[in-house]
Amino acid sequence: MLSREAKVEVRNQRALLSGAVFFAFAVFYLFLSKDYDPGTAARMGPGYFPRMLGYCLAALGLLIMAGSLRRSADLEKIAPWNLKVLLWITGSIVLFALLLPRAGLVLSLAVLLTVAGRASREFTWRGSIISTVVLIAIAVGAFYYGIGLQFPLFPVGL
Amino acid sequence: MELLSNLALGFQNALSLTNLAYAFMGCFLGTLIGVLPGLGPLATISMLLPLTYALPPDAALIMLAGIYYGAQYGGSTTAILVNLPGESSSVVTALDGFQMARQGRAGVALSTAAIGSFFAGCVSTLAIAMLASTLAEFAFEFGPKEYFSLMILGLLLATVLSTGPVLESIAMVVLGAMVSLVGTDVNTGEQRFTFGLTQLYDGVDFVVLAMAIFGFAEIVRNLRTDPEDRSLVTQRITNLFPSREDWKRMAAPILRGSIVGTMFGVLPGGGAALASFAAYTLEKKVSGTPEKFGNGAIEGVAGPESANNAAAQTSFVPLLTLGLPSNAVMALIVGAMMIHDIQPGPQVMTSNPNLFWGLIASMWVGNLILVLLNLPLVGLWVKLLTIPYRFLYPAILMFCCIGIYSLKNDTFEIYQAALMCVAGYVMLQLKLPPAPLLLGLVLGPQVEENFRRAMLLSRGDATVFFTSPLSATLLAIAAAALIFMLLPAVRSKREKALQE
Repeated sequence: MLSREAKVEVRNQRALLSGAVFFAFAVFYLFLSKDYDPGTAARMGPGYFPRMLGYCLAALGLLIMAGSLRRSADLEKIAPWNLKVLLWITGSIVLFALLLPRAGLVLSLAVLLTVAGRASREFTWRGSIISTVVLIAIAVGAFYYGIGLQFPLFPVGL
Repeated sequence: MELLSNLALGFQNALSLTNLAYAFMGCFLGTLIGVLPGLGPLATISMLLPLTYALPPDAALIMLAGIYYGAQYGGSTTAILVNLPGESSSVVTALDGFQMARQGRAGVALSTAAIGSFFAGCVSTLAIAMLASTLAEFAFEFGPKEYFSLMILGLLLATVLSTGPVLESIAMVVLGAMVSLVGTDVNTGEQRFTFGLTQLYDGVDFVVLAMAIFGFAEIVRNLRTDPEDRSLVTQRITNLFPSREDWKRMAAPILRGSIVGTMFGVLPGGGAALASFAAYTLEKKVSGTPEKFGNGAIEGVAGPESANNAAAQTSFVPLLTLGLPSNAVMALIVGAMMIHDIQPGPQVMTSNPNLFWGLIASMWVGNLILVLLNLPLVGLWVKLLTIPYRFLYPAILMFCCIGIYSLKNDTFEIYQAALMCVAGYVMLQLKLPPAPLLLGLVLGPQVEENFRRAMLLSRGDATVFFTSPLSATLLAIAAAALIFMLLPAVRSKREKALQE
């Protein structure tokens, strides 16, 4: 809800936030690029092109934000965020990466699949365990014995 | 007769037993994964890409092309049987294909799609073989400034013709190019944006980005939606063979679709989606009974399916001749070529004729394999379609995680992918199109390289891009396209057309 005093009505919330994200990233990028020597137009250093892109994206970000405030802009809201699902999925991936070199493929896959499984509303322990076992068997067969990828199968150094 | 001898060389290469086996494997795996609901060609290709790394270059490309066609065909199967188009090019197929399936004619719809695709594949393979040499000769005239302008044009056309708002799409290209600069600067050897991490010295791997967005972030988005009601056509598919009446009705649409698709595919950014849409509109226009469309008209399957397959193939033309990927799938293929030390562009044809003509011949072979493979295996594909998503997405996660690890046998890329998954989810929430990002990421270094070289040659004079006639023409087309797309009247029409 916008208060009555709001002078500018945001018609396209999606575009406004998109533009802001682009602009913020551009500023961050330009900040990093200041350490790189731009050189001259004829002899460009490593910093010339990144700066060009940074300014370009900053300008686009501002344009997009401005466009979202126009009276003729489309009415668009942002779809509700589902941070819980995002957390389960991203968390399961990070856990997998953490565990793989230490605990081996079997355990880390079990963690990955179980944690990720929790993200679904239709999660049941029974279904999850069965599918996890099947998938681990496939992975061990195909990737460890089949292609011969390099990772331990079981915990190392115990 | 040069064409014939070239094609003969190609077939010799494509029909070698190993390459044939790889084409077959590619088609099979591509269809297998592409048929799964929610997995479009992009996700399929990025998941299967690591498999091709260990192969010799020509086998790898042949297998990749097979994966691409398989995924494309798998997408149509899903569209026809479950009304769940996996990607934009099969949206149109779902309109009439699913209606046919509901009337118990799923088998006929599937075989129409297969026959149409095969015929279209033959037409477009010939078209590529003829077009490629001419275009490649033209490309040899290009210097750095022309290449720079060409890439700007290509990137711009690819964004304005893809879905999503124009300015946001362009911003995504720029963003992709910015990310592409991470790593060692080739000219000075200086590290840029690496935060001191040695793992970033080689840059950001596009496969990691593709899997993070089309694999991981897609899952997060799909899980948000309520348990879908999948109106699956469950009855057994019995009659695969079109009747004489069906043959008569599909012949002309297949021919028209093939021509439309061949033309649209060559356009940067056009590709399969636009082609199938155009073919559907055309069929409806020339039909004596337009009211039948949307109610299971076989013409509505035959036309668009031929068109999208023809376009899927001719979109290789700008890539192989100019080194310009015209859509996200082609961007993935560029990445794969570079891994095998092949710089896509006109020189491929002369320096690597075996590979070039082998790839073209394998396109035709791939289409034949698809027909032979898919019709008998329809039953298997239908079974796959019944797997509920809650069992499917952990499997996707697993294959992506192991695939990402296998790139360098290092977990660093997995952490990177986790971060990109979060960023990708934000992108999907903001409806920012991921395809331009990927294009920017793949083309970014080349744009910088050509820009630097052109400016060095002109001693820092930027007007050189406008004084060279060829470069000026390319930039003028780009500017015209951009202005045209930003006109309010065109804008609203474009949005409508893309939504349909």
